[in-house]
Amino acid sequence: MKKEGYSLEQMIISPPFSSELQNHLSGRHLLAFEIPFSQELIAEHLKNGYVSETYGVQSENGRFNCVRCGNRDPALFYTFPCRICNRDCTYCRSCIMMGRVSECAKLYRWTGPCLQFAIPDKLMSWDGTLSAGQQTASHCVVDAVSGESEFLVWAVCGAGKTEVLFAAIEAALLAGKRICLATPRTDVVLELSPRLKKAFPSIDVSSLYGGSADRHGFSPLTVSTTHQLFRFIEAFDVIIVDEVDAFPYTADDSLHYAVNKSKKFSAATIYLTATPSKRMQRLYRNGKLEAVTIPARYHRQPIPVPEMKWCGNWQKQFLKKKIPPVINRWVSERLQQNIPFLLFFPSIQVMEQVIPLFQMLSPKLNFVHSQHPDRKERVMALRNGEVPGLLTTTILERGVTIERLEVAVIGAEHDVFTDSALVQIAGRVGRSKIHPTGTITFFHYGKSKAMVETINHIRMMNEAASKRGLLDE
Amino acid sequence: MSRCLVCDEGIKEALTWGSLFKRSEAKAICERCEGKLHVITGETCSICSREMDGNYSTGDHCLDCSRWERNKEWAGYLSRNISLFHYNEYLKDIIAKYKYRGDYALVGIFVPFLKDRLKDMEFDLVTVIPLSDERLRERGFNQAQALADLLGLLTVDVLTRIHTEKQSKKSRRERMALPQVFQVTQSDLLQHKSILIIDDIYTTGTTLRHAAKALMTAGAKGVSSITLAR
Repeated sequence: MKKEGYSLEQMIISPPFSSELQNHLSGRHLLAFEIPFSQELIAEHLKNGYVSETYGVQSENGRFNCVRCGNRDPALFYTFPCRICNRDCTYCRSCIMMGRVSECAKLYRWTGPCLQFAIPDKLMSWDGTLSAGQQTASHCVVDAVSGESEFLVWAVCGAGKTEVLFAAIEAALLAGKRICLATPRTDVVLELSPRLKKAFPSIDVSSLYGGSADRHGFSPLTVSTTHQLFRFIEAFDVIIVDEVDAFPYTADDSLHYAVNKSKKFSAATIYLTATPSKRMQRLYRNGKLEAVTIPARYHRQPIPVPEMKWCGNWQKQFLKKKIPPVINRWVSERLQQNIPFLLFFPSIQVMEQVIPLFQMLSPKLNFVHSQHPDRKERVMALRNGEVPGLLTTTILERGVTIERLEVAVIGAEHDVFTDSALVQIAGRVGRSKIHPTGTITFFHYGKSKAMVETINHIRMMNEAASKRGLLDE
Repeated sequence: MSRCLVCDEGIKEALTWGSLFKRSEAKAICERCEGKLHVITGETCSICSREMDGNYSTGDHCLDCSRWERNKEWAGYLSRNISLFHYNEYLKDIIAKYKYRGDYALVGIFVPFLKDRLKDMEFDLVTVIPLSDERLRERGFNQAQALADLLGLLTVDVLTRIHTEKQSKKSRRERMALPQVFQVTQSDLLQHKSILIIDDIYTTGTTLRHAAKALMTAGAKGVSSITLAR
């Protein structure tokens, strides 16, 4: 993205300016309707150089680009006869749900004096202990946030990634830095912000996602969906991106655009994931990306390694209203022994087609998918033992922790089950200290590369953990 | 390959002898998304297009329309409304994105469907339900005008709004009791003409009946309407 420099005229600015506007607009990149101040006030600040404006959709050699979200795909721009500017006007369809950005709509940002926070001395109230692996990583992240480069925390599922950040967040806050923890998923924002509020009770923590209440106002610590970062510009000194590879942003350039736009030039960027992309792994191996790994779970037991089981042409058998016998046996065993389980399916369609078949094994078996309204209640029912198992699509691959859980993937060779999805699915099992083991079965009709890589990946992490003495053996 | 206006997935078009020789209307949405739109079919109210589930109707009018037609103030103004789709949650989301977020491109979804229905309708003049100036400047376009424009219909601006308050914030009874909200300009254009009004949604029918009454009182011969949703 092109960033405009400050002219000399803009630098010689003196009060008075509106501190309310400063608070609202600092680090933000907003459309007029998102700024609840009078046009006169904004015009005055523009004149004095405290606020600057730019057109939201611009074109270079006939190619449009959206300044807010970075969209450059010609299919996602549309030209219409606009009654605001009274000419043919092109707008961005990619970020339209955040309000229309067009050739005649301006984005405003604060270019006046920076806001400072009053930071109390006693910041953190979290007093938990870290595992050896976490401790090492924690030191590294503390160092990383004081720098200006990129840093990767590669931690297995169940390593306790969030706790690793606490010391670094505290250090950055004490240094007067503005921090953002960004994740592609609203679920994760909802789960993280109460934990951070509890750990840092004396400061403002704002949490942002589509439809959230506290969308505006300047705070030292922000938890946000990556999507909401489009509303920021050069705002953060530290940005921590959690679950970089997670749906719906895998291989999406807009994530990088959002992260890069929202952070300052001098910012530190921390990536946090159990399943870094191929590109990131390569950069790490070539020494171009600094990283720390946490190959072991906090409970010091190895991660259970998935097994592969051939189940024949499952699609054909399901169409004949039959459950492949190996799968039938797997489910029946767990029903008998009262072991809670998740069955992952490649698509909602396949899953809906087979629900009645599985409910013949136990009428209490239920299902969830991404578009299901009572997703949370049904997962809760599994956790409380009210249902013996759930059928699901990949939506549950992250963030679910259930005691004694076991999982099976039906049609594990399907394209939706990438190695990162499979690592996450396997990561649901054996998370607790009391039950650190459990079965993960990939039922397939021909092994995929992703399945083999997943198993290798988990073995490799377990070996690394063992070498570093992070396991009780 | 074109992409679906709703889900952004690619649209595969089957290559058949028909598609080779007949110049067909380019599809703007994929089959899966189209499947979520519920076309109004079967027996419908002869005025407003509501699907009749039998018991609550009088004659071939639905309960609502019989109520309007029994009222001397309103009887006989709107002769016929055609609505294409049920206003289900899915369509609600699309129309909200179109109208309130301002995604003008979505109009392309509806054009082929509207074209198809307009073939059997007779009218001399086309007009649209106007927005207040304030609303128009805010949204940048009139959602009904956009439909007419992409259908290639020439419209005349014969209606203007007297009230500016948002309809959607009023209750049904408030809407029925409202004084006239439209004013007719250029009434000489209307004399002995049958007028077609284009709008996005038929909710209670109040807006369209207000418009129809204003147009008929000003000298129109007949008024019908077409809307996306009912």
